[in-house]
Amino acid sequence: MSSIISVANLSKTYGSGFKALKNVNLDIKRGEIFALLGPNGAGKTTLISIICGIANPSEGKVLVGGENIQTSYRKARSLIGLVPQELHTDAFESVWATVSFSRGLFGKPKNPDHIEKVLKDLSLWDKKDNTLRQLSGGMKRRVLIAKALSHEPEILFLDEPTAGVDVTLRKDMWRVVEQLRESGVTIILTTHYIEEAEEIADRVGVINGGKLLLVEEKAALMAKLGRKQLILELAEPLDKLPEHFAGNGLSLEQGGTRLVYNFDAHNEQESIAALLTRLSADNIHFKDLSTRQSSLEDIFVALVGGAK
Amino acid sequence: MNIEAIKSIYFFEMARTRRTLLQSVVSPVISTSLYFIVFGAAVGSRIQTVEGVSYGAFITPGLIMLTLLGQCISNGSFGIYFPKFTGTIYEVLSAPVAMTEILLGYVGAAATKGLLIGLIILLTANAFVEVRIEHPFMMILFFLLTAITFSLFGFMIGIWAGNFEQLNLIPMLVVPPLTFLGGSFYSINMLPPFWQAVSHFNPVLYLVSGFRWSFYGIADVNPLISLSMITLFLAICLGTLGWMFKTGYRLRN
Ligand SMILES: Nc1ncnc2c1ncn2[C@@H]1O[C@H](COP(=O)(O)OP(=O)(O)OP(=O)(O)O)[C@@H](O)[C@H]1O
Ligand SMILES: [Mg+2]
Repeated sequence: MSSIISVANLSKTYGSGFKALKNVNLDIKRGEIFALLGPNGAGKTTLISIICGIANPSEGKVLVGGENIQTSYRKARSLIGLVPQELHTDAFESVWATVSFSRGLFGKPKNPDHIEKVLKDLSLWDKKDNTLRQLSGGMKRRVLIAKALSHEPEILFLDEPTAGVDVTLRKDMWRVVEQLRESGVTIILTTHYIEEAEEIADRVGVINGGKLLLVEEKAALMAKLGRKQLILELAEPLDKLPEHFAGNGLSLEQGGTRLVYNFDAHNEQESIAALLTRLSADNIHFKDLSTRQSSLEDIFVALVGGAK
Repeated sequence: MNIEAIKSIYFFEMARTRRTLLQSVVSPVISTSLYFIVFGAAVGSRIQTVEGVSYGAFITPGLIMLTLLGQCISNGSFGIYFPKFTGTIYEVLSAPVAMTEILLGYVGAAATKGLLIGLIILLTANAFVEVRIEHPFMMILFFLLTAITFSLFGFMIGIWAGNFEQLNLIPMLVVPPLTFLGGSFYSINMLPPFWQAVSHFNPVLYLVSGFRWSFYGIADVNPLISLSMITLFLAICLGTLGWMFKTGYRLRN
């Protein structure tokens, strides 16, 4: 298997004695979009900081592109672009200067064409001569992305890239992420907006209290933990369910005007078609029908809650 | 060696200097001129010569040292403290650069700036008094070694400092008294024996004395001892920084 990042038995104890990561094992596949989900203080930023070389690990080993991040840090780090969670910027620098600086720092020779392309992709071209303090928060976020992309990384870390970002920028950002993925860049992002992970990630990891609780293909996770519901708005209210329907995941709600059918995605007790046929055979008619699938958010809350 | 990275940091820092050109160049010129007016004219009218050198010329090497030390320490410390303070340090830490390369970039820029300002002061002084340099090679050596050593020292302070107060503590509170008491404006031979002995514990004495010797051939302590002292101090700074980098002291938690 070609994993581009491999984290083994990683633990981190901060100077204060706080254990922020507990024996984390994680493999990131080349070219995938991986979403790391977890509540505040779960250890997401700590994990990213260690992989990127900003914090030292206490125990364990991390390989990036097959290179050890400690003994072979030059090769490992040159593969990575990092967009940090906080908006750290040099207030008095121009956009162009700060993005060019990043490229040089990563040892790449000057390439104004590439910088121009990155700035244009992120709709920053007309701001290239502005100083950073003249930019809004969302624009600063784009500048940080531009800095991370300035040296053409193979791996991009986005630590909560959409915190405080409006819908347009978010769309722009996902468009850029999609382009990057098509060009073969591996993307690891953390987010609190679970719909995002659901929308864009290939795999999802859930972390809480410094422990990686699970890593799954998004689709498999949804299938495994996702619940489905069929909701029928009845034409005429029922006093009670006919007996031969009872106990099959069916229940009446809203004073008998709504019939709800709960089923597991991987364990359908009865096909929807069969149920509907039986209902019409019993002269139970409905005026509306909808289905609902539990979101990652529901799954996440269940998982994190269950782990406590 | 990541030469691109060293260049990037160096020119980034020099660009910051350019933006604050007025403050970084004009202010040392003004303060040096003031020293010449106050010390050169007022004191110099009473002390005509010190060991055969006119008083104004006598204080010139000390004045250059005074500014060089202050500038190198504050530039060296600010250069690394500022990104720590704003958080932009994340980028330097996550870049494929060795700590020695980071050091070369920041310290190189701080030393360059210190040297430029030292030269400006030398030229300013030359407008007031006649300055001659008897040992130009040694003068350049002392000049360079001092600039590098104290930029390194500043860098260490920048890593250590947790707030602006600590950052300014040493350049504001420690360096000026040491330079004033280190024989910048007098020969320690003018002091009573007790204070002469005490002065020998002041590291700045050795710098000023050696530097002045390279100008006029007069010294409070043997120039070779001066040279050894500054080399020793350089070695201590390098050793301490080596330890800081190895442990990630206050940079990588
Ligand atoms: N420098 C530090 N020293 C001590 N403890 C720290 C340090 N940095 C983080 N922590 C602690 O480690 C834990 C994990 O922090 P981390 O920043 O990795 O969380 P996170 O998952 O990124 O949270 P968020 O979603 O809020 O960004 C937190 O409890 C935090 O208080
Ligand atoms: Mg975080």
